[in-house]
Amino acid sequence: MSDSVWILGTSMTRFTRHKGRDLVDLAAEAALGALDDGGVTVHDLDVLACGTLFSANASVGQQLLGQIGQTGISIYNVANACATGATAVRVALMAIRSGEASMALALGVEKMGKMGLLGSPPRAPKGATPYEPSGRFGSVRSVDGLLGTKTMPGVFGQAGMRYAHDNPGVGFDQFARIAHKNHLHSTLNPLAQYRKEFSLEEVKASPMVAYPNTLLMCCPTGDGAAAAVLVSEERLRSLPAEQRRRAVKISASVLTSDPYVEGGQVQPDVNTLTRNAADTAYEQAGVGPEDLDLVELHDCFASAELIHYDNLRLCEPGGAGDFIDSGAPYRDGATPVNVSGGLISKGHPIGATGVANIYEIATHLRGEAGDRQIPDARVGLAHVIGLGSSCGVHILERAAA
Amino acid sequence: MATERIPLVAYLVLEPEPHLVTQQCDRCGARFFDRRNACGSCGARSFTPVPVAVTGHLRAFSIVHRAAPSVTVPFVSAIVEAGDGTTVRANLVEVPPDPAEIQLGMAVRLVTYPAGTDSEGTECIAFGFAPANT
Repeated sequence: MSDSVWILGTSMTRFTRHKGRDLVDLAAEAALGALDDGGVTVHDLDVLACGTLFSANASVGQQLLGQIGQTGISIYNVANACATGATAVRVALMAIRSGEASMALALGVEKMGKMGLLGSPPRAPKGATPYEPSGRFGSVRSVDGLLGTKTMPGVFGQAGMRYAHDNPGVGFDQFARIAHKNHLHSTLNPLAQYRKEFSLEEVKASPMVAYPNTLLMCCPTGDGAAAAVLVSEERLRSLPAEQRRRAVKISASVLTSDPYVEGGQVQPDVNTLTRNAADTAYEQAGVGPEDLDLVELHDCFASAELIHYDNLRLCEPGGAGDFIDSGAPYRDGATPVNVSGGLISKGHPIGATGVANIYEIATHLRGEAGDRQIPDARVGLAHVIGLGSSCGVHILERAAA
Repeated sequence: MATERIPLVAYLVLEPEPHLVTQQCDRCGARFFDRRNACGSCGARSFTPVPVAVTGHLRAFSIVHRAAPSVTVPFVSAIVEAGDGTTVRANLVEVPPDPAEIQLGMAVRLVTYPAGTDSEGTECIAFGFAPANT
């Protein structure tokens, strides 16, 4: 395809709690790393797409170029919940596809520290003042903990339990096994926030956050950044052979939002938009799930990873429980999933996640993933979902030559 | 004088018997619990209030052990499919917060209970779902 967009360079910081380093330090490390990796400089860029969520109003893209090179190019600061990083990649890609740019930097960065539980509304219960209905639901006080939960571990716990309701053979053990896998995988990844193996029993016995998700089945908060230099096919052809050889093709790039479904207002439907994104991506790339050598998917909670096996068509319909029980998504299985350690163990600095997944896939496709390399990886898929909801799916392929 | 009562949310109707009410789209029948600008399903702009069935079954749950400091834990958050197909989120009540005590698919019914009193003495009434056979 003549209008293909390629990844020329990519980099990420370690995901951890970076004390004493600010958002711009992390963004600069990832940006300079990606530029160096691609053999280009900030002066070669036409566009910057900068994704960050909790500092979305801070012009982080401008702050970054203020440190590494104020070339006066267009900067798009983007925020899209947990799909923020994937959205930055999409913006960079669309700028190139439109013909307005031939090289663009997509960057995601976040500094969360010990932010704690997300999704819990700040509104405190009223009691002293007279009750007065307010808001779209006409509530007289906070409904959190009275009309169910909107905290993330609970919402995704319910999503997993709904799958369990519809598909016998799915339960606590299957969710626990996913966390076992991802913690095990992270021991091989030097950039992961946690690098410790836990037994299945330890996963199950760790403190309950929101059943079925125990603490070891939940992603941590943390800090980090990831970046990718995207280039048009035409400009790639003008570059030296060594840069062309390591380039990775973006075969599919899709972003969906949630279409209307009954009940979606009550319990977010994270399935339909993921299925829509996956199906469109497979069609764009001309590959099927059976062609994937590795997948990085959005395991914000173990219960989320399980349902995405089905949503991304990695297993038979309804077969996500059997899929994990069979060992297929372990790194030596038929379809390795989250060999980076995933969000559960690699970490989830929100804005960075959607770019870091692409870094991980690209690094394997280049054969440069070190101890965790999936042998002879040629095609990989990166998936993120931001509640609200947006789903990003990218399919990457190794250069043919 | 009887205590004044107010529903926790506007879509809970207390009299004559407690039930929920949705705004149903006049064109496509989609149901919503919130104040609407238009229909999220088809875009139409007119709605009719429609009562929701007070019995249904448990589609999904989570037992929440960690929440904001003002929230009492653990509690059981439930997704219920009412008998008429409407999806509702509320706490599962009158059941221990133990996965061994909760069966996916179990029949449930709407119940109400007091959930606080304001400075004027008005009582807030919340709703939840309890096992249908209790």
